Amino acid sequence: MLDVETTHVLEVEGLERLVEALVARDYDVVAPRVADGAIALDLITHADQLPIGRGDEQAPGRYRLTDRDDEARFGYAVGPTSPKRWLLPPRSQIFQATAEGDAFRPEAATTPDRRHAFLGLRPCELAGVAKQDRVFIRDDLRDALYADRRDQALLIVVHCGDPAGTCFCASLGTGPRAEAGFDLALTEVLGEHHRFVVEVGSDAGAELVAELDLPPATEADLSAARAVTDRAADSMGRSLDTEGLREDLLGALESPRYRDVARRCLACGSCTLLCPTCFCTGMVDSSELDGSGAARTRVWDSCFTIGFSYIHGQSIRSSVAARYRQWLTHKLATWADQFGELGCVGCGRCITWCPVGIDITEEARAIRATAVPQAVPQEDRP
Amino acid sequence: MTSTATSTHPGTAPASAQTANPVDERLVPVPHRVLEVRRETADTITIALQPRTGRPPPFAPGQVDMLYAFGTGEVPISIASDPTETEHREYTIRRVGPVTRALTNVAPGDHLGVRGPFGVPWPVEEARGGDLVVVAGGIGIAPLRATILAALRERHAFGAVSVLYGARSPGDLVYRVELERWRARLDTDIDVTVDSAGSGWHGNVGLVTRLVPRTRFEPDRTTAFVCGPEPMMRYAAQALLERGVSAARIFVSAERNMVCGIGTCGHCQLGPYFLCHHGPVLSWQEIGTYLRIREL
Repeated sequence: MLDVETTHVLEVEGLERLVEALVARDYDVVAPRVADGAIALDLITHADQLPIGRGDEQAPGRYRLTDRDDEARFGYAVGPTSPKRWLLPPRSQIFQATAEGDAFRPEAATTPDRRHAFLGLRPCELAGVAKQDRVFIRDDLRDALYADRRDQALLIVVHCGDPAGTCFCASLGTGPRAEAGFDLALTEVLGEHHRFVVEVGSDAGAELVAELDLPPATEADLSAARAVTDRAADSMGRSLDTEGLREDLLGALESPRYRDVARRCLACGSCTLLCPTCFCTGMVDSSELDGSGAARTRVWDSCFTIGFSYIHGQSIRSSVAARYRQWLTHKLATWADQFGELGCVGCGRCITWCPVGIDITEEARAIRATAVPQAVPQEDRP
Repeated sequence: MTSTATSTHPGTAPASAQTANPVDERLVPVPHRVLEVRRETADTITIALQPRTGRPPPFAPGQVDMLYAFGTGEVPISIASDPTETEHREYTIRRVGPVTRALTNVAPGDHLGVRGPFGVPWPVEEARGGDLVVVAGGIGIAPLRATILAALRERHAFGAVSVLYGARSPGDLVYRVELERWRARLDTDIDVTVDSAGSGWHGNVGLVTRLVPRTRFEPDRTTAFVCGPEPMMRYAAQALLERGVSAARIFVSAERNMVCGIGTCGHCQLGPYFLCHHGPVLSWQEIGTYLRIREL
């Protein structure tokens, strides 16, 4: 909440002290960095590793780093990695087993003991974390591989000031300003007095603010902070009308548009790996060459692979059209049945990083438009 | 993703003692010993498994276990045991891929891993007091065996009980000895058919769904359990609907690629359902729309 009671000011030079405080608390600090031509989340130990004065330009199938004419630390939109890479790692061991004569002895894996502080998460990424929370931490389930990492994570959000051409968080209500779910939330105020307006969202966040001895914010600071995200909300590159979207998509499961998008889609799975909410995983069984041991590893999987829907000798979704439909309708329709909200946060990664520039907002619009009401599917003979 | 895959991770503070919990125990197979192997058909066996220690956890008919062949892999297999059998579990497995090949190559004394049971069972309790119609196609009779055994044991609790079973050929009929034993009862209709047969077969020839119109049951007090290939389930549901059984009383066991069993891996989704978690047993009212669409 932006109010003078709980809001403080961090000078731009103070970022280093914030990073030091996180390192001193034995966190691995994950923050945006320039690497391989993009700004992506990675480990840092000092604030000067942030992309200073760098920006980005994003469009369907296109990402370019740019130079800004200021010293902004967070003057760009999301890059290809999301917190998913740390909270739901691409590979996690489930168990290993040792052969014992005709039998075997399995041993459950335990979760690693590192914890992460995320600095510079965007509100859409925070929303992505909240959506994955609902998948892995439920009444009947606490997936330790996810939940242990999640419980120990510290989340420092930076509200968005400069959305990309592929951003549409404002349509999903997931940005450009985060309202809750963070430990600290920063608004970067540029100009003569380059500073951060800091909101406290948890006890852990309050402790950090106390340790850094941050001065309270003034009304002027707050209105400057509000102006940053108000501007951002008005400069979203894209939009998605969510009103009635689930019903329209479920009423258009046999839309001819899926065949059309399948002619463009490479079924590479890039969108699912980049997506901060996509949670599907596969199990990979392996064994020692001499048969003495075996292991199972949980790995990220993608509904775009032909093996994803394999059952006894065949794939259910053998066509790319069916796989695209599974992805789109899960994200924008059936996720709501499962978790009470849509599975998209409007970060635009799937649009930017699609090798052929397929745009989820455009496809969703087109599929709704070509809906064939009460389509009766052809049935095959038993 | 290349942007981070190649970047170096600066070393930070050494790892400290934080919370480290084991993974969900439902994800780790429990070693079981093979007690018995019975051949059903050329490619199908029934095996009995017993945990190395203790008893198997209770299950309800229609639930699924994940069976693990050490070092090879794991597949979902319906529990086919008599539910009153508490010492061991039985599974009927058809050989179709590398994992089921390993699972069907076992001999007594070998060990397999088991985890489960997972999923929603057949609503046997809801069927009590009325007529029960079981329609099975091929290996689809395996998830129904426990239910049939439970219903026959408490035969008095039901009205008319019918089991309609179809296989591709006489040689593909599983549980043949049991079918003959059940058929000897005077209180239960066991109607068996095959898609095609040679001259040695004197039973029905034709699709199992064609048996529905001639089966004796009162539609408004009937519960139907259907399991088999998807086209067969669609036609069976259609035949039952045409007889006047309501979609809410027709239950099918739907199959997708179950991997985790606890509703997090996403593989077994069909429409809004995680079949390992919300299914595999769902009513036609819930799942019919989705089963009618190709490649969903």
